[in-house]
Amino acid sequence: MQMDRKRRWVAAAGTAGAVLLVVSGCAQSERGSGGDNGATLNFGQASAPKLFDPFYATDGETFRITEQMFDNLVEFKTGTSQVEPGLATDWQPSDGGKTWSFNLRKNVKFTDGTAMDATAVCKNFERMYNQKGAGTSNAVSQYWNDNFGGFADKKQPSLYAGCEVKSPTRMALKLTKASSKMPDILGLASWAIQSPTAMDKYHANDVKAEGDSFVYPDYATKHPTGTGPFKFGKYDQANGTVELVRNDNYWGEKPKLAKIVFKIYKDTAGTRQALQAGEIDGYDLPQPQDYQSLRDQGNKLLEREPFNIMYLGIDQKNNPKLRDLKVRQAIAYAINRPQLVKSQYPDKAVVAKEMLPPSIAGFNPNVPEYNYDPNKAKQLLKEAGAEGLTVNFYWPSEVTRPYLPSPRDQFTAMKGDLEKVGIKVVEKSEPWNGGYLDDVEGHKPDLFLMGWNGDFNNADNFFSQFFNTPTNRFYAAASPWGASLSERVKQLDATADKAAREQGYQELNGQIQKDYLPAVPIVSAPSYIAVKDNIKGLVPSPLSNEKFELVEKSGS
Amino acid sequence: MVLTRKKDRVDALASTSTEGMSLAASAFRRLRRSPVFLTGAVITALFVLIALFSPLLAPHDPATQIPELIKQTVRARNQFAPPQGSYLLGGDQLGRDLFSRLLVGSQQTLLVGVLATLIGLTGGLILGTLAGATAGWVDTTVMRFVDVLLSIPNLLLAVTISALFLQANQFTVIVAVAIVQIPVFARLLRGTMLAQRASDHVLAARALGVKRSGIVFRHMLPNSLGPVFVQATIVLATSIIDAAGLSFLGLGNPNDDSPEWGQMLSNAQQYITSGHADLAFWPACAIVVVALGFTLMGESARDALDPKNRR
Amino acid sequence: MVVVLFVLSILLFAWLRSLPGGPVSALLGDRATPAARAELTRTLGLDRPVFLQYFDFLGRAVRGDFGQSTAVQPGSSAMQILVQRFPATLELSVVAIILAILFGIPLGYIAARRRGGIWDNLSIGGSLLGVAVPVFFLAFLLKYLFAVKAGILPSAGRQDAIDATRITGFFILDGILTQEWDAAWNALEHLILPAVALATIPFAVIFRITRAAVLDVQQEDFVRTAESKGLRIPIIRRRHILRNAMLPVVTTIGIQIGQLLAGAVLTERVFAYPGVGDALATAFQRKDYPLLQLLIIAAALVYVVVNLIVDLSYAYIDPRIRNR
Repeated sequence: MQMDRKRRWVAAAGTAGAVLLVVSGCAQSERGSGGDNGATLNFGQASAPKLFDPFYATDGETFRITEQMFDNLVEFKTGTSQVEPGLATDWQPSDGGKTWSFNLRKNVKFTDGTAMDATAVCKNFERMYNQKGAGTSNAVSQYWNDNFGGFADKKQPSLYAGCEVKSPTRMALKLTKASSKMPDILGLASWAIQSPTAMDKYHANDVKAEGDSFVYPDYATKHPTGTGPFKFGKYDQANGTVELVRNDNYWGEKPKLAKIVFKIYKDTAGTRQALQAGEIDGYDLPQPQDYQSLRDQGNKLLEREPFNIMYLGIDQKNNPKLRDLKVRQAIAYAINRPQLVKSQYPDKAVVAKEMLPPSIAGFNPNVPEYNYDPNKAKQLLKEAGAEGLTVNFYWPSEVTRPYLPSPRDQFTAMKGDLEKVGIKVVEKSEPWNGGYLDDVEGHKPDLFLMGWNGDFNNADNFFSQFFNTPTNRFYAAASPWGASLSERVKQLDATADKAAREQGYQELNGQIQKDYLPAVPIVSAPSYIAVKDNIKGLVPSPLSNEKFELVEKSGS
Repeated sequence: MVLTRKKDRVDALASTSTEGMSLAASAFRRLRRSPVFLTGAVITALFVLIALFSPLLAPHDPATQIPELIKQTVRARNQFAPPQGSYLLGGDQLGRDLFSRLLVGSQQTLLVGVLATLIGLTGGLILGTLAGATAGWVDTTVMRFVDVLLSIPNLLLAVTISALFLQANQFTVIVAVAIVQIPVFARLLRGTMLAQRASDHVLAARALGVKRSGIVFRHMLPNSLGPVFVQATIVLATSIIDAAGLSFLGLGNPNDDSPEWGQMLSNAQQYITSGHADLAFWPACAIVVVALGFTLMGESARDALDPKNRR
Repeated sequence: MVVVLFVLSILLFAWLRSLPGGPVSALLGDRATPAARAELTRTLGLDRPVFLQYFDFLGRAVRGDFGQSTAVQPGSSAMQILVQRFPATLELSVVAIILAILFGIPLGYIAARRRGGIWDNLSIGGSLLGVAVPVFFLAFLLKYLFAVKAGILPSAGRQDAIDATRITGFFILDGILTQEWDAAWNALEHLILPAVALATIPFAVIFRITRAAVLDVQQEDFVRTAESKGLRIPIIRRRHILRNAMLPVVTTIGIQIGQLLAGAVLTERVFAYPGVGDALATAFQRKDYPLLQLLIIAAALVYVVVNLIVDLSYAYIDPRIRNR
C-alpha cells in the first residue's frame, strides 16, 4: 500500500510534467521587438476607462485617454478655456447664430489612412444625430443629450439641424436656434472627429441594451480611430493597463513620447504610493493631505485654476420653514466658510460668492455676501420663528471631487457650525451612486452637499444643471420665483449676443444671491496633477482636458 | 451501584478528571500562576475599565472641533495640530482631540467585540450541537443551511447584512460581524463532535445505555469545546478587526461622533503616506494590544480548562 | 448543490434589486436627472416586474451570459471579467495558502511537541500578532515599508507593462511556458506582498489548531498504547499523532480557503491587485449588479467544491468516518 501510494504520486507528477511540456510546446512568446525611440509615460488612472469612443463616454477617466487619440474641429488654447483652431482653421457664424461654417485643415489623415475632409466631418455629425435605440439613451450619449437634446427620431427637440458639405475643405453646421454653447462645445471630447471608415467597419453605432447594462461594439472597445498625436495600442484588462503609441503621421508637432501607459489603480492612496514607488510618472487629482509630502519628495503639482463650485443645497420640498428666505440666509450666515476652506482645502481655493466660479464669463464680483456671523444667524432664525429648526442633512460617501475632497470632513465641519446656532441636524450618509444621488434628486434631504465641475467656459453649463426645471433638486417650485428662474436660464442660453448674455448672467447671479438663495455656495477649489520632477511640457487645463503630445520625460 | 461506578469510569475516560476538585476551580488555581494569562487579563481588565469610565476620563469632548486646534489645521500644507497642553496627542484631521477620541473609542470597540462574539457563539453553539449530536436529516438540513451561509465569503456576508439595513450604524456593523461567525462555530463544533461520536468513551457510554442527551451534554459537548474555545478567543479579537475591515470597505458606521477604533483607523489611513501616520498608528496599536490581550487570556484559559493538561 | 445555487441566485437577484442606487445611478453618474433616470429605467426594462427580469437573467445566464459590467470595467461582460480575474485570485490564494500551511503545520507541530519551550512561545507570539493586526492595515504597512519606503517590491498590480505574452491567465505560469523569465519573475514579485498579507490569518489559525490538536492527540490512549507497544517514535508521530491531529486541521484549512476570498477583498484592494476580490469590492461600492451576481454565484460554487474536497479528505484521514 505504501508503495502503491508512492507510485501513484510518481505517475501524477509525470503526467503533470508531460502536460506542461506539451503546453509549452504550443506556447510561443508573442513579444514584439519594436525598437522604441522615445520615452514611455506611465500615468495613473483612478478607475478603468469605460470605452474608447468619446461620443459614448461620460467620465474623466475615459476622456483622459481619448483626448490623446482624437482631435476636434475647435480646440482649447493650452492651459486656458479659450477656443483656438483644431481640425478647423477658422469659422464664422451666420444666420443669427444658427449656421456655423468651418474651413478645415488640409492633408490630415486618420490613423487608418482615411482622409479627414468635409465629408468625414459631416458623417461624424450625422452619426451623432442618427443614433437609434440604446444609442439615444442618456446614459450612452450623455453629452449630446445634455447639450444638443434630441436625435433624428424627433422624440425630443434637438439643437442640431444638419451638416452641409460645401467643398472638401469647407462644411457648415446648422442649428435650430442660437446657443451660448457654440462653438466651444465642439471642443469637448465627445465631439471628437472619428474615422468614418473605421466606424463603419467596426459597427460603431451598434450599442445594445442588455440586462442591466449596455453592450458596446468593437469600435468602442478595440478600434478607436482618430487623427490625434497618439493611437490606440492595447487594453490589457487582465493587468489593468491601457497602452497608446505615437502616431508617426500626426499633422501637428511630433510627440516626444513613444508610448503612454495608463495604469489603473483603485483609489488615490494607492496611486499616490505608486508614484512614490516610481511605478508611474504622474496621476490626476491628488488629495489635499498629500500635497505637501508630494512636493517634499520632489514631485511637481500642476495647478488647474478653480473651475468648479461646491454648495450646500437647500431642498424646500419637505420642510416649509426652509421656504423662508430668512431661514436660508441664517444657514448661510451660520457656516464658517473661511475656516472650512482654510483648514480643508488647498491654498488657492476660494470661498464661493455665488453659484459660478470666478473664471466663468457671467460671474458677478459684486453680489451680496453672507459672511460668517452666528449671532446674525440666530437672530434671523428668531425672526422667522424657526428656533429649534431640525434639518435632515445628507452627505455622500464613496466619492471624492476636487470641490469635495472628503465629504465626511466637510459635512462634520458644517454640522458643527449649524449646531452652534441652535439648528438640530439629523444626518444620513449614503454612497454617491448607491442612493445619495437618487435621494437628492428624489427630494429626500433638507440639506445636502453637491457640486459641479465646468465642462467649458459657459455659465449655462452650470445653471442648466442647477435650475433646469422648477422641480430641480432645490425644489424651487415651492417658492414664487422658482418657475421664472428656470425660464430666465433658458432665455439667457438662447441669447446670441455675447455681451448681452454676460450682462444677463451677472444680474441673475446678483438676484439669486440676494432674493432666492436656493443653496449656500461654499467653495471653488483648484485641482492638481502630480507628476515626477523629470516630466516636462504637461500644461494643466482648467477644463481637465490635458493633451500629452508635448510631454517630455528626461533622464530615462 | 455497579452501574454508577461504570458511569464514573466513562466520565473519567472522557475528562480524566482528578480528585474531586471541580474543573473550574482547578483551572483557576493554575491560571493564577500563568504569566501569559495574567498579561492578557491585565490588558483586558484595563481595557474594560477604560471603556467603562472613558467619558469621565476623557479631557475633552471627542466630537467637538476645538477652535484652538482647528486654527492649526491646514490640510493642504499637511499641518495638523501637534500635541500640546491638555491635548496629549494633538488634534485629528478636523481639529478634534485625538487622545479623547482614542479613550472614548474603547467603549464602542468593546461593545462590538463582546456583542458580536456572544451572538456568533450562541448561534454557532445551537446549530453545531444540533448537527453534531443528531445524525441523519437534522444534521443534513442544518449543515446545508450552514453551508449556504458559508458559501458567501464572510466579509461579503457581512457586507450583505449591512446592506439589508437602510443605513449603516454601529448596530448593523455588530450584527454583520456576528452572523458571519455563526457558521464557522457551527461547522467546527460539528466536525469535532463527529469525531467524538466514533470515539471510545462515547461508544462506551452508549453501550452502557446512557441517554442521548446525557451523552451529548456530558460527554460530546464538553470534549468538543476545546477547539471552539480557541475559535471564540480568536473571534473576540477578529470581530473587532472585521469591524475595522467593514469600515475600510466603506461600510462601517459613518457617524464618527462616538468613534470606534476600527473606524478611526480606516478614516486615518489616507494620512499614513502624507506624514501623519500617528492618526492611524494610535488606533491600530490599540486594536492590536486589545486583540492580543483577549487572545492571550483566552488561550491560557483554554489550556487550563483542558482536562488533559492537568497534572 | 444545483438547488442551493439556484436558490442563492434568486435571493441574490431579489436582494440586489432591493438595494438603493443600482445600475441606473451607476450608468448615469453625476448628471442624472429624474427624467434621464426614468428614461434609462425604461430602456433597460427595469420597470418590469422583478420575476420577469429574473427569467430574462436566467435565460441568459444558462448560456453563460451574465450581462455587462456597469461600473468596474464597463465595456466588458461580467463573464469576461471573471475569466480574467479568477486566475489572478487563484494564483494569489494558492501561494497564500501554501505559505500558511508550509509554516502553520510544522510550527504548530513543533510548538506542541516542545510545549512551553522558546519555539512554542515565539511561534505563539507570532501567530497571535498575525491575528491581532487587521489584514488591511498589515497589507498597508507591508506595502508602505517594502514597496514605498524600501522600493524593493512593487506596490500594486500584477505585472509591469513589459509586453508579456498571455496564455493561461496565470502570469507566473505564462512566463515559464513562454520562457519569458523576466515576466514570470516580475509577476512573482508582484505576488509576494499580497500573498504574505493574505497568508497571515490562515497561518495563525492553522498553527493554533495544529498545536491544539497535536496536544490533544498526544494524550489519547492509542498513542499511549502505541508507545507502550514499543513502536518507533517516528512511526508513532507520523501514523498516529500527526494523522489523527489532522482532522480538525483539515476542517480549519477548508474554512480558511473559503475565507481567503474575504481576505482577498481587503488585500487585493490595498495592492490594487486585479483579482476577483478587488472586483467584488469595487462592484459593491459602485453598484455593479451584473458583475456582483456572477461573482457571488461563482464564489459560492468554488466554496461548495472546496467543502466537498474537505469532506472527502475527512474520510481519507479519519477512517472512523468512512465506516460510519
